[in-house]
Amino acid sequence: MRELLRKFSEAYGPSGREQQIARLISEEIRECVDEVFTDTLGNLYAVRRGNGAKVMIAAHMDEVGVIVTFIEEKGFLRFSNIGGLSPYVLLGQKIVFANGTVGTVGMEKLEDIKKLALDKMYIDIGAASRDEAAAKVRIGDIAVYYRELTIAGSRAIGKALDNRAGCAVLVNALKNLDRTDNEIYAVFTVQEEVGLRGSRTSSYRLNPELGLAVDVTPVGDTPEPPAAMDVSLGKGPAIKVKDASVICHPRLKELLLDLAEREGIPCQLEVLQSGGTDAGAIHLTREGIPSAVISVPCRYLHTPGEMADLTDMENASRLLKTFLTHPLEMNKIFPCYLT
Amino acid sequence: MLLSRLSEACGVSGDEGEVREILKEELSGYGELKTDTLGNLFVRKGAGRKPRLMLSAHMDEVGLMVAGFEKSGLLRVHKVGGIDDRVLVSKPVRVGKNRVPGVIGAKPVHLQKPEERKKAIAIDNLFVDLGVRSQEEAEKLVKPGDYAAFAAKTRAAGDNCLTGKAFDNRAGCAILAEVLKDDYPLELTGVFTVQEEIGLRGAGVAAYSVYPDLALVIETTSASDVPGTSEAGHVTRLGAGPALTLMDASFITPQPMLDLLVRTAEKHAIPYQFRRLTTAQTDAGKISLAHEGIMTAVISVPCRYIHSPVSLLNLDDWHNTLKLVKSVLQSIVEGGLPECASY
Repeated sequence: MRELLRKFSEAYGPSGREQQIARLISEEIRECVDEVFTDTLGNLYAVRRGNGAKVMIAAHMDEVGVIVTFIEEKGFLRFSNIGGLSPYVLLGQKIVFANGTVGTVGMEKLEDIKKLALDKMYIDIGAASRDEAAAKVRIGDIAVYYRELTIAGSRAIGKALDNRAGCAVLVNALKNLDRTDNEIYAVFTVQEEVGLRGSRTSSYRLNPELGLAVDVTPVGDTPEPPAAMDVSLGKGPAIKVKDASVICHPRLKELLLDLAEREGIPCQLEVLQSGGTDAGAIHLTREGIPSAVISVPCRYLHTPGEMADLTDMENASRLLKTFLTHPLEMNKIFPCYLT
Repeated sequence: MLLSRLSEACGVSGDEGEVREILKEELSGYGELKTDTLGNLFVRKGAGRKPRLMLSAHMDEVGLMVAGFEKSGLLRVHKVGGIDDRVLVSKPVRVGKNRVPGVIGAKPVHLQKPEERKKAIAIDNLFVDLGVRSQEEAEKLVKPGDYAAFAAKTRAAGDNCLTGKAFDNRAGCAILAEVLKDDYPLELTGVFTVQEEIGLRGAGVAAYSVYPDLALVIETTSASDVPGTSEAGHVTRLGAGPALTLMDASFITPQPMLDLLVRTAEKHAIPYQFRRLTTAQTDAGKISLAHEGIMTAVISVPCRYIHSPVSLLNLDDWHNTLKLVKSVLQSIVEGGLPECASY
């Protein structure tokens, strides 16, 4: 799991430009599934054929980034954000483009640091002129944080754990999956960070009976946490009750809790005030698709120093594997709806 | 000139009929015409050919809607679409089906308290004056729910420029109409969409219905090369050619589409620029997510002072945008669809 996470975390893949991370994931899973394919938006699908329930598991592979909108005469790059990115966090960071060009983020002179905003900032790639910059970076090119993964005990620190941690959990589960009748569609989705876009088109395409998203969740276990919530690092995967995009189907949520208890997998319940996941798009697809979410608790989201617990990830993977091999008989899960 | 006629027509979101009729008349004989339940106008050419392309331009403009009456006969109004309250005062409008002339009024400057003068007058304190003496008289002319559209004649200005209202997006409609008069060896559906300004509402159902292999959105975007903005903050510049969208709040242009547009513009020596703003939305947001996802791009005519009673565009930009759209179709005819990534 650790090496999988390292590979995925350090890979390049902002929203809308997920090719590099998709290729890495594709190489990892090719051997353990029956089919791999992609679609117009760039979603990566991995299929395990079966005669049972058709289940879609979504893990978004995109990360937040910055997009170049203008190159100044002296070679500085002006930019805008892709996904939720704080100017305070970005200041002074190294960032990297798809072709490996590295830059650092600077700011104009400001009387008051509270006035820091992205339009007062620029990327410096060490170019002395517009021409020199344009030889390395084009307008419209997108950069992500440049950061290697560090392991600190059972915990990992790095960029894009949102949601490469989820990708690693899903890949790990697929690699260790026992025989099952369920027809499993693992979808590594694009453009989650800009509005759950890849999961919308992929769930429409697949029209599954059940949807499950694997993503990260913020936690409430740090000093004066940004949101009051009862999720901690190291206490196991979180089973989502709700966020701003979805109220998870209660029967599916209970099924996950039952399976965790049966297998002795530690887990916690997540009630998230703001933020959304792919399940938000999936559950409203076509005529409605019952959906749930398994979350990896993660601190410092959308910074280059996100932190997750590898044991939580192992346990999330075990829970996912248990769910995917459970006989998902719709009339048993939803007796009141399907008679 | 088609652009003038389209610009001068009233067509606030949800009330696009007048614009649609002009386009139907203009395009009759150039393809199969159809209007859907929301009011989107479809013009299909070469049905059954491959690939299937959709070109879209929204017909609606921002404006006002009558919400109620004062005893005096003045009309209370709501905004439809994104309008800066500060541009409304003292502007002429035409209201309702009979295009009743009126003016947007406010408390006169003489009667405003010093603190009131410092602030923009909000829509709640504005009204439309039809020049009638009572609510009864006003009610004979217009009804609640009637639309008020800005009234401005299209005029030539300066160095090959035009001033007028609703260039966003009648400039795009006029381009799409011209494109549809040519024939291409592919299935081409031009869609003039409704209700873009209030949430991209027409485009979603239109794309669902057409389900094309590729879509191009023809739009009008802010040219903000005016004092008070830095060069990096100019969304686009007037006269610098069609603007290509990198991303906006609803959409990220796929790299193969961006490459196709840039390659085509360079091959035909058409000037182009990138839109330096990554917020706001266009029909591409809805079209690109229809069905299983659709390859989409946005090409825009730069235009100053959009979403106001009078805007200004450069006709060289308009012609170059038309040329680029036609050339992109030609590129697809010659080189096929841009390839999606596969891993």
